[in-house]
Amino acid sequence: MALQIVLNIVIAIVWAIIQNSYTGVDFLVGYVLGLFILYFLKNFLGFDFYFRRVWAAIKLLLLFAKELVLANIDVFKIVLSPKLDIEPGIVAVPTKLKTDWEITLLASLITLTPGTLSMDFSDDNKYIYIHAINVPNKEEMIKQIHDSFERAILEVTH
Amino acid sequence: MNASVMSEVIASILILIGTALSLLSAFGLIRLPDLYTRSHAATKSATLGVLCVLLGTFFYFWLAEGFLSIRLLLGIFFVFLTAPVAGHLICRAAYRSKVELTKETVQDDLKEVLEKGEKGRA
Repeated sequence: MALQIVLNIVIAIVWAIIQNSYTGVDFLVGYVLGLFILYFLKNFLGFDFYFRRVWAAIKLLLLFAKELVLANIDVFKIVLSPKLDIEPGIVAVPTKLKTDWEITLLASLITLTPGTLSMDFSDDNKYIYIHAINVPNKEEMIKQIHDSFERAILEVTH
Repeated sequence: MNASVMSEVIASILILIGTALSLLSAFGLIRLPDLYTRSHAATKSATLGVLCVLLGTFFYFWLAEGFLSIRLLLGIFFVFLTAPVAGHLICRAAYRSKVELTKETVQDDLKEVLEKGEKGRA
């Protein structure tokens, strides 16, 4: 992936040299051209097109922004309802993620999403223990949210 | 509507939303029954509240004075990086020093795991 980025920057520099004008706009045009070239060469060179990962990261960021706003509306409803009828609990959620930084990212995202708070990891990193503010009507929904987050993270890293 | 009026409108809306969210998270700290549910309110609402206030300040200085403050953006980034970790650590430390869960709690998957671990160690 790092090699592709370097290659793309080299193409942009070559483009600026060919144009014989060295401004930011020329560099940008060269970079976009480099993206196209890399896209068409991806089968020939036998690598995975790196911009797909960048795109997946952008999608993850948008998903995160949406969930953050939903989380706050959720807290808003619970705190301002006249009667507190919450049923908190701790749920073990299995995860497929392997490396430490993926799990850290997932735990942070869980903490900032509606009604859930990551509390502990099992020793073999296969389960994340999550404190949920409303267990009975949410367990399925929580699973869904985590599936979507987990899938988005996997898309970025694989 | 000229640029300075617009910048004031955007900034004031964002800062008002931010302060309202911070107030809400303070209400949450008072009303919710135990430490774990309180940290729900503290981590989520306070984070977005700080984000909105910083973003409002950023837009005001950018649109009204043409000053692009990278420091404010970095501040947003660092708050987002640290707030969930702080919430996680406080909850984890509280659970391991056996802070009681509230009466309404319906499920506790972590309890048996920790008890098993302690027996294994002893």
